[in-house]
Amino acid sequence: MSLHAGIETLDFSYDGRHAAGRFAPVLVGVVGSGNLEVLLEPGEAPHCRVRVETSARGFGPIWQAVLDDFHERHALAGVRVSINDMGATPAVVSLRLDQAVAELQSEGQP
Amino acid sequence: MISYAEASARERLALLFDAGSLREWLPPAERLTSPHLAQLGVPCAFDDGVVIGRATLSGRLVFVAAQEGAFMGGGVGEVHGAKLVGLLQRALRDRPDAVLLLADSGGVRLHEANAGLIAVSEVMRALLDVRAAGIPVIVLIGSNNGCFGGMGIVARCADHVVMSDIGRLAMSGPEVIEASHGVEEFDARDRALVWRTTGGKHRWLTGDCDALVEDDVAAFRSAAIESLDTRRPLTLDALQAEHRQLASRLALLPAGLDGETEAITLWQRLGVSEPVRVPALDVDAVRALRTA
Repeated sequence: MSLHAGIETLDFSYDGRHAAGRFAPVLVGVVGSGNLEVLLEPGEAPHCRVRVETSARGFGPIWQAVLDDFHERHALAGVRVSINDMGATPAVVSLRLDQAVAELQSEGQP
Repeated sequence: MISYAEASARERLALLFDAGSLREWLPPAERLTSPHLAQLGVPCAFDDGVVIGRATLSGRLVFVAAQEGAFMGGGVGEVHGAKLVGLLQRALRDRPDAVLLLADSGGVRLHEANAGLIAVSEVMRALLDVRAAGIPVIVLIGSNNGCFGGMGIVARCADHVVMSDIGRLAMSGPEVIEASHGVEEFDARDRALVWRTTGGKHRWLTGDCDALVEDDVAAFRSAAIESLDTRRPLTLDALQAEHRQLASRLALLPAGLDGETEAITLWQRLGVSEPVRVPALDVDAVRALRTA
């Protein structure tokens, strides 16, 4: 691991049961201090692929745990999740992810 | 009542314009992000902190831009500025009824200083081109972040400025003045001083904003609808008249006043009776105080 103070990129992949189908991209949250934005887009089923770009380096295992929990709650299939993070806490990340899924379910239908 | 100040840029757009009418250009999924931030260890935003698009306002086609103050203080970086310029240039081609700019910015994004400075100057030029083509440009200011630096100049280049009492408008922000001229000149932590010298009530009384509204999205919407056909003449005569007005305002203030008395003295000399009461008055009462 380099000492370079850059952005850390983390990739995760799950296989889900709940197909999201076609939907317009959903964006929630803002990249502000202690906050993050979450973008949901259609992906290749049955995968749910997650890419995290974060300014807080070295928290890979915590992202893994938070996203494992997220997958357990929703088990999305065919969704690409992209996150820009500015040091959000795990609780905030979980809430943002759930908010994105709620918006997907409320207005994602074409 | 929904607070305009506490809403995000996207929430403001959703609530201010006709429901469901916004069509965003270069939306987040396009990932048109800053080419500069990552190497500085700062995360990007998928929209680079500004939403642009077209919408309808009371049924009329308008072009809109909303800056997100929570991302890098709404700072104008290279992409952010290019999106604003592109929106204004497209307005020249498509001729909407107006362009509305929901400003929420500290000015140039210092991480992209040179690119940001150039971008802001391009925004000013494009804005004036749009006005010269007879399309009104309206700026709304009511975020906690205010409208400062280059964006403060952009706002004053527009036809019409709507502010809430929470909104702030100036060139150099409080921290910048304190850093460059010392705390004796300006104490940026003195909130009363900051609002007396940059806040919506002050801007209303001095004529730097054209409408003063409550911190309410619906109030901003009404003021925006009312302003849709507002055009200030963009002529040499108008510019010279503005310079005369600014010079006479400057002459109203004797030298050597401190921050405690400066704004209050100015309000008094602008014809406001009992100017010390202004900070405690509500928006309706302050609206009635403007003399000219």
